[in-house]
Amino acid sequence: MWQTLVRWFHKWTSPKWFYTLSKPLSFWLGWAATLLLVTALVWGLMFAPIERLQGNSYRIIFLHVPAAFLSQAIYAAIAVMGLIGLVWRIKLSFYAAKQCIPVGISMAVLALATGAIWGKPTWGTWWEWDARLTSMLVLLLLYLGLWALHNAMERPESGDRAAAILALVGVVNLPIIKFSVEWWNTLHQPATLKITEPPPMHPMMLTPLLLSILGFFLATAAWVLIRTRLEILERERKANWAREELNQMGKVE
Amino acid sequence: MNPKRKQRLMLALLGTFGIAAAVLLVLFALGQNMNFFYSPSDIARGEAPLDRQIRAGGMVKEGSVSRNADSLKVSFVVTDYAEEVPVEFEGILPDLFREGDGVVAVGRLSESGTIVASEILAKHDETYMPPEITDALERAGQDSGGY
Repeated sequence: MWQTLVRWFHKWTSPKWFYTLSKPLSFWLGWAATLLLVTALVWGLMFAPIERLQGNSYRIIFLHVPAAFLSQAIYAAIAVMGLIGLVWRIKLSFYAAKQCIPVGISMAVLALATGAIWGKPTWGTWWEWDARLTSMLVLLLLYLGLWALHNAMERPESGDRAAAILALVGVVNLPIIKFSVEWWNTLHQPATLKITEPPPMHPMMLTPLLLSILGFFLATAAWVLIRTRLEILERERKANWAREELNQMGKVE
Repeated sequence: MNPKRKQRLMLALLGTFGIAAAVLLVLFALGQNMNFFYSPSDIARGEAPLDRQIRAGGMVKEGSVSRNADSLKVSFVVTDYAEEVPVEFEGILPDLFREGDGVVAVGRLSESGTIVASEILAKHDETYMPPEITDALERAGQDSGGY
């Protein structure tokens, strides 16, 4: 049993296997994500009740919280994959880590932008240098740094390693983002969704929010799988199977 | 695990946790400087400087808001339920400004201990409830603050 599991896992670390097996996976993940996101956003934006103090302006939460959640989850995934790449020298781990970066940048930008748009009508300001907002900006800058490192290196392998090390250095920012609202006085309110206690949120608002988070999660997974497939083709283009695949796509060099 | 991989793993983990510990120590050493605002208790202890712009935050004390009838002048008291700081402001308050809710006043602390604010920001809490629920709870005589 254990042996089969290990062999199965090893298959997934082969770029060729991953390329073939991830195709149906990203297809179904993509459709499930679309379905979830449409349900969550229609529910959240049209059918969820208004909020007692904020009225309609709270509805941006259905984008803001999932984007913020995913921007941190993707960063954690990049760090773990970087570590696996550094220690076990698994190429595929580096490929996937690299292609997570643009997705992470999109999520961080979306979280910061929706946060600013939400802040204006509720707090009365687009931006303040409080600990939560600043640490989220640092997360975006880390992402941009990772992407820049990949592009600055002449050999892609050097980029992989340099970015993996920077990703590990930046991991400390994740607990800072999470606990910033508890350790210090901030303008940003503390977390609504906590594992330890039931959230102070009406079920008709909470359900679409959780659906939206799940939808964002699946969409991210599908998006990363698709991007990683392209990275595999690019990096393995000298391998026979990859050349055949490129031929079929009509992209002969 | 072969020794080489084990060595690389230990190195990477030690590096990560070492840097994390260093950064966290620096942040905690910064202490008050990491805070977005001074609480009324901080100000009462004399931690807030007099000669430059500061932020003071807390709850707007119930019944403390008084508006000037023929100008935009407004004054209120910010409390953290231990100490209080009076605030004076002239301008438009954010929509979420309410008695009993969170607020951050940006301005200077005068000698008399009053904040002369140039900007008022509203804080909101992590509770999201439709109006009917809050009303129903209040009618039933329950505290709606925590729910």
